[in-house]
Amino acid sequence: MIGDITIGQYYAGASVLHRMDPRAKLAATFWLIVVIFLCKSFFALGLITLTAIVAVLLSRVPLKMIFRSLRPIVIILIFTAVLNVFYNKGGATYWEWWKITVTEKGVNTALFTMVRIIVLVVISSLLTYTTTPTMLTDGLERLLSPLKVFKIKVHTLAMMMTLALRFIPTLIEEIERIMNAQKARGADLETGGLLQRAKALVPIFIPLMVSAFRRAYELAFAMTCRCYTGGEGRTRMKQMKLAARDVLLLIFCAGITAGVLVLNHFFTAVI
Amino acid sequence: MNDTIIEFENVTFTYDSEEGEAPKTPALRNVTLRVKRGEFLAVLGHNGSGKSTLAKLCNAIYTPQSGVVRVNGLVGDTEEKADQIRRIVGMVFQNPDNQIVATIVEDDVAFGPENLGVEPQEIRRRVDDALRAVNMYEFRLREPHKLSGGQKQRVAIAGVLAMQTDCIVLDEPTAMLDPKGREEVMSTVHRLNEEMGITVILVTHFMDEAVDADRVVVMDSGRIVMQGTPAQVFSQVDTVRRYGLDVPQATELCHALGMPGCVLTIEDCVAQIAARAGGDAG
Repeated sequence: MIGDITIGQYYAGASVLHRMDPRAKLAATFWLIVVIFLCKSFFALGLITLTAIVAVLLSRVPLKMIFRSLRPIVIILIFTAVLNVFYNKGGATYWEWWKITVTEKGVNTALFTMVRIIVLVVISSLLTYTTTPTMLTDGLERLLSPLKVFKIKVHTLAMMMTLALRFIPTLIEEIERIMNAQKARGADLETGGLLQRAKALVPIFIPLMVSAFRRAYELAFAMTCRCYTGGEGRTRMKQMKLAARDVLLLIFCAGITAGVLVLNHFFTAVI
Repeated sequence: MNDTIIEFENVTFTYDSEEGEAPKTPALRNVTLRVKRGEFLAVLGHNGSGKSTLAKLCNAIYTPQSGVVRVNGLVGDTEEKADQIRRIVGMVFQNPDNQIVATIVEDDVAFGPENLGVEPQEIRRRVDDALRAVNMYEFRLREPHKLSGGQKQRVAIAGVLAMQTDCIVLDEPTAMLDPKGREEVMSTVHRLNEEMGITVILVTHFMDEAVDADRVVVMDSGRIVMQGTPAQVFSQVDTVRRYGLDVPQATELCHALGMPGCVLTIEDCVAQIAARAGGDAG
């Protein structure tokens, strides 16, 4: 379970999506996420789903990887679907038993929300699959750089994100090591009620925190040694240039938005 | 003056003690040391002998309470000068995980030159050269956490190389590695010293790593207690032992057999024993 976190994992490749400017990709991703929430009718949702499918095909990321990014949200999907089926009533009744009724509206809403969440996750994980975390944080830093006017330390924020992403695998390894060490000393992590299990996690998280602080201290040392003094006067090895395809991507997003709004207008709303 | 790159003059350093705690004993006491340009210097000592502190004073992470550390004549008493010193002396630490900043190998190597404000094309060139120098070029697009310890340490060395420092200080770079990783790192460091003329200060507690150094310094309770070529130092087997250190295995064996002189490498040891047995080393 712990080992298969895929958020922040880059899938090396050379597809069109890989080569696009991270700023354009970031902007497009946020844009499309907003558009997902604008969808009201099945046709509009269909359009954005189609967009996601095309994007997946363009990225040449194996489908297995895409499905893996969906695995953590299966429970959320089931949960929202069940709630939506039972709480939305209207239209034809498909099934009735005691106080539970399943109606057309319930099923439609459930389906709609599920597809919506799946598309949301697929689009956002495509961003992290096709962009290295460094490019991602660099892109974010540049997109947010106008905020410097408000004295927000954009570079520091971006650096913190890079380091957080860099240390996720390291800390996961550390958790596994600590868990094994505690198990070897007879710690019982798998049985007992919720409270008991939560208590059993204390001897795992305290050493983890201690080690995380030690790592942070050493890392700060190492960064100082490499002349890191903050964002002032830094250059970048990888320059970002907006190409025609990046502009096209944004025009495409605008097109999708228009399409969704038109389809919303002409077809009946589900939600 | 010009052939000295780092100079310690009567340096005493004490770590800050916590409030209400008794003052700590100095980690370094009156250390005087000259590191020559292009030299391969090994610093030996058991835990707590002050060898790591010595390393950290080399690039102005710490400033001594008394005495002076000069790097190319510079004293790192201000933030600006400390920054200049760090452009001359690079540092590689023990734990490879805690010194890699980026999530892609080449981005990590680029971190140093980026901080120095080098032009992008020049960074690209330096990163490629540095990765080739440590034989990690084909791994440039990999994620650091998927590399072995020895490979990570070589990436860290490449990170220093890309900054084009004159001197590399390695603080127990092989302590967390397996024998294979240790061998990779040591051969890399030796090659950089010989081929690129980079001054190397290697802090270690593996005696076998000190054998090939130009000069060995032994530390004990914050003082330099022995100094000389590996042969000069390791020939005094009993003195080395008194400071809580071992001598290289080959040296120990020949010493135990009562052979004269100082044998440092396994090959020499084999030859000597063979000669004594009246046979042929082959």
